[in-house]
Amino acid sequence: MSQEIAPRLLKIDVLRFDPNDKNDFPHIERFEVVESDGMTLFIVLNEIREHLDNSLMFDFVCRAGICGSCSMLVNGRPTLACRTLTSKLDAHITLAPLPLFKLIKDLSIFTGEWMRYLNEHLETWIHDKESEIQYDKLEERMEPSLADEIYELDRCVECGCCVAGCGTIQMRPSFVGAVGLNKVARYHLDPRDKRSDAEYYELIGDENGVFGCMTLLGCEDVCPKDLPLQSKIAYLRRMMLKTAIKN
Amino acid sequence: MKIIYTDVLIIGGGLAGLRVATGVKERGHDALIISLVPPKRSHSAAAQGGMQASLANSKMGEGDNEDVHFGDTIRGSDWGADQEVARMFVHCAPKAIRELAHWGVPWSRVQKGDRTAIINAQKVTISEKEEAHGLITARDFGGTKKWRTCYTSDGTGHSMLYAMDNRAHEQEVEIHERMEAISLITDEGRCYGAVARNLMTGELVAYVSKATTVATGGYGRIYSVSTNAIICQGIGQALALETGIATLGNMEAVQFHPTAIVPVGILTTEGCRGDGGLLLDKDGYRFMPDYEPDKKELASRDVVSRRMTEHMRKGKGVQSRYGDHLWLDITNLGREHIEKNLREVKEICENFLGIDPAVSPIPVRPTQHYSMGGIRTKYTGESQTLKGLYSCGEAACWDLHGFNRLGGNSVSETVVAGMLVAEYISDFCDAPESSMHIHSSKIEMALKVEKEKLEALLTKQNGEDAYVLRRRMEEIMMDKVGIFRNGKDLQEAVVELEELLKRSKNIEVFRSKSRAANPALVNAYRTQKMLKVALTVAYGALLREESRGAHSREDFPARDDENWLKRTLTSWPDANQTMPTVSYEEISVANMELPPGFRGYGKDLTQHHHETQMREAVVKAVQEKLIQEGASRFEIQNALMPYLDKLPKKYRNINERLGENI
Ligand SMILES: Cc1cc2nc3c(=O)[nH]c(=O)nc-3n(C[C@H](O)[C@H](O)[C@H](O)COP(=O)(O)OP(=O)(O)OC[C@H]3O[C@@H](n4cnc5c(N)ncnc54)[C@H](O)[C@@H]3O)c2cc1C
Ligand code: SF4
Ligand code: SF4
Ligand code: FES
Repeated sequence: MSQEIAPRLLKIDVLRFDPNDKNDFPHIERFEVVESDGMTLFIVLNEIREHLDNSLMFDFVCRAGICGSCSMLVNGRPTLACRTLTSKLDAHITLAPLPLFKLIKDLSIFTGEWMRYLNEHLETWIHDKESEIQYDKLEERMEPSLADEIYELDRCVECGCCVAGCGTIQMRPSFVGAVGLNKVARYHLDPRDKRSDAEYYELIGDENGVFGCMTLLGCEDVCPKDLPLQSKIAYLRRMMLKTAIKN
Repeated sequence: MKIIYTDVLIIGGGLAGLRVATGVKERGHDALIISLVPPKRSHSAAAQGGMQASLANSKMGEGDNEDVHFGDTIRGSDWGADQEVARMFVHCAPKAIRELAHWGVPWSRVQKGDRTAIINAQKVTISEKEEAHGLITARDFGGTKKWRTCYTSDGTGHSMLYAMDNRAHEQEVEIHERMEAISLITDEGRCYGAVARNLMTGELVAYVSKATTVATGGYGRIYSVSTNAIICQGIGQALALETGIATLGNMEAVQFHPTAIVPVGILTTEGCRGDGGLLLDKDGYRFMPDYEPDKKELASRDVVSRRMTEHMRKGKGVQSRYGDHLWLDITNLGREHIEKNLREVKEICENFLGIDPAVSPIPVRPTQHYSMGGIRTKYTGESQTLKGLYSCGEAACWDLHGFNRLGGNSVSETVVAGMLVAEYISDFCDAPESSMHIHSSKIEMALKVEKEKLEALLTKQNGEDAYVLRRRMEEIMMDKVGIFRNGKDLQEAVVELEELLKRSKNIEVFRSKSRAANPALVNAYRTQKMLKVALTVAYGALLREESRGAHSREDFPARDDENWLKRTLTSWPDANQTMPTVSYEEISVANMELPPGFRGYGKDLTQHHHETQMREAVVKAVQEKLIQEGASRFEIQNALMPYLDKLPKKYRNINERLGENI
């Protein structure tokens, strides 16, 4: 832990707005907080709420960078607030809600609704009509390295940072985004999912899927889980082109 | 006023809630989940370590089966668990994990051939069998005889929760997010759903249902430092208490995890020690072998937590401005192992401490972690006293864990209990007795009562500050109802908590007056509920004059089976009471498959129950006779404590296992 020097006074500018209040309008409000050792934005925001303004709305659940609840714009960049140490930032910090999602109030947004729509639309579950569950029997085998690879892509926490960082979604809200394409890549890789390439093509073989992406890299840069979004999008695109030619 | 009808209302979208919902849906009943957060953000996502199921695929799991898992669970519980429930659980855990594999969890798999592992600070070579290649593998966790904890890399809970939520999408389970249950609707001894508040708009909704399941998780956040997500506030337990009819079981049974980072309390998984990590003191000395020569760092959680506290009390802790701590050293595991198998730990160290665990030790100390207590249920998950109310997962006291749960047994419990309770609920819904007889005026009344309570909080003047009351409660719980307990501290805790509860009736929401999204209002009503829950914990602990599992009394260091082999039941029959009502439920030695014995840590101080010796003799005689007759382990088990008839028919079959029946 760092040596004893006079703590900084953090100036936190928060973009606030309560859509439920007819008289309110988006505005910036400044809060001042004395920095402490190991301070994260989770600690900062809770201090503000407890001691300065108890109406300030934001979302934390795990406060450990695991659940994907606390994504917001920190100095303009989408990230998970709970695992952002203030020591890594200037003393002047601006916080704003992630754009493109429904605003609940202040820094709180409704990512859940968007993600659910996405999951239902892309049918992000194992499709297997043939084999019935046999839970009394030995499980089906899987190559250990393949299981690891699937987990790699399964690690998405649906935080929405990639969505907020994506230029395409701003222009075409029906675009499934890097998060959606990554999920498709995950199920495509999984031998338990019996969907054919043609069926996947139905899902993402258009402008709202792989052909909408302009590979501007906004997504991979901001993904807090460091998912290999670019290579997966490129892979899906190649596969979809092949499928298109075949048909 | 908005009223929504459904067959089964499920409060909570964690692993337990999702598993119940998909199960009843499969049986053809409507299922509706309400949850504070999108289900995928539930606390279940945080379980990094793994899920126990006796598959016995990996080399170090060879010879494992239901019997060994059962023994570990009962010993771990310090004989507080319900042995029939534990039997049902160990029998179904392999089924639950195989189901999850079918639904898409990418469980880590056995790789045939040699690999090196670190066991007890020594490098050893483990040779995995050819025929196990590609089956689900397992790691070591505290308190188990075999390596039984199955995992997906470092994200077990995450991958399980995502698979379950996706399965719920597939099944078209209705899910209402950001919807908080604030009271249960009851009429003539039966539960008919809940009143909920929309956390975005403030709208109150009555959900009316034939069966209601509380799967809201634990109550860790009544303590000031906890590994739990910040929404684990015990609201589900409070809802049950406030019916005046339902009871809570063993609320004083609270587990502390040995290795949460200092100061924020984020957990580093038991997998760190399971894989070979060490605990060191301020001199860099490995102290656990001195206290527990046999199990060392891998003794049961409650034991390691107490040993650490003891060692720090001897002045061996590392001093810091956040109080004393010890070191968890995983540098010996090597960077490659850490980056692959303990990546979440590495990320936590980097993001919250700014250190690299492959190079530096991690500052840790014991921190509140798991709630063994909860809504007391029958083996079917139904409340013992309130018809139509069910509970499972960490919210419940089903009683699998008794006074200490084993790591890896709790995500396992969520899906096993979930799949069983879904069947029992479906049976109930299929029966004519489940039809609803509640008058709509009763439902409207329930809504009105809640509306008035909220209005009172918003309009009160010169009232109390909820934050002040809550912080004080958290401190009391930590300081006086923590790892080591004694009569004096507990007495003080109870007196002051009661005082806080009285003051909480007068809470005022300052400044922030919105009826819609309003965090101050939420904090106000939750604080009132949390205080009741805290009182059940502190009061139960004060009355229990013995030490058992995680409940450790300095003034009563012995486990006292003669007087305390029983569950604490708390309830709140009258809303004006300022203390919970307490009664006890005997645990019968005469029916036990595994009679009470010594758990195997420290000195044996146990005061045995007068029936224990007799039961031991009976068990031994039955075993010897049947072994001589060549009976199978299933026949022997069945002769000692039959349980299969309690299970739904579809889950009664024997589990296939390499080397046993293949
Ligand atoms: C850091 C950490 C690591 C862990 N690791 C492991 C491990 O490796 N292995 C293991 O077996 N166990 C582990 N556990 C324990 C395990 O994760 C939990 O016991 C388990 O996930 C609980 O699941 P649940 O479904 O009962 O509840 P939760 O997952 O907590 O879900 C509760 C749900 O209830 C909802 N809810 C709560 N209150 C309300 C309300 N009033 N109205 C509406 N909805 C409400 C929430 O939104 C949430 O959806 C760990 C726990 C922690 C803290
Ligand atoms: S690469 Fe594609 S998905 Fe990623 S930000 Fe750019 S347009 Fe969006
Ligand atoms: S892909 Fe990355 S940035 Fe996008 S939602 Fe998933 S975790 Fe977040
Ligand atoms: S609160 Fe869970 S990721 Fe930040």
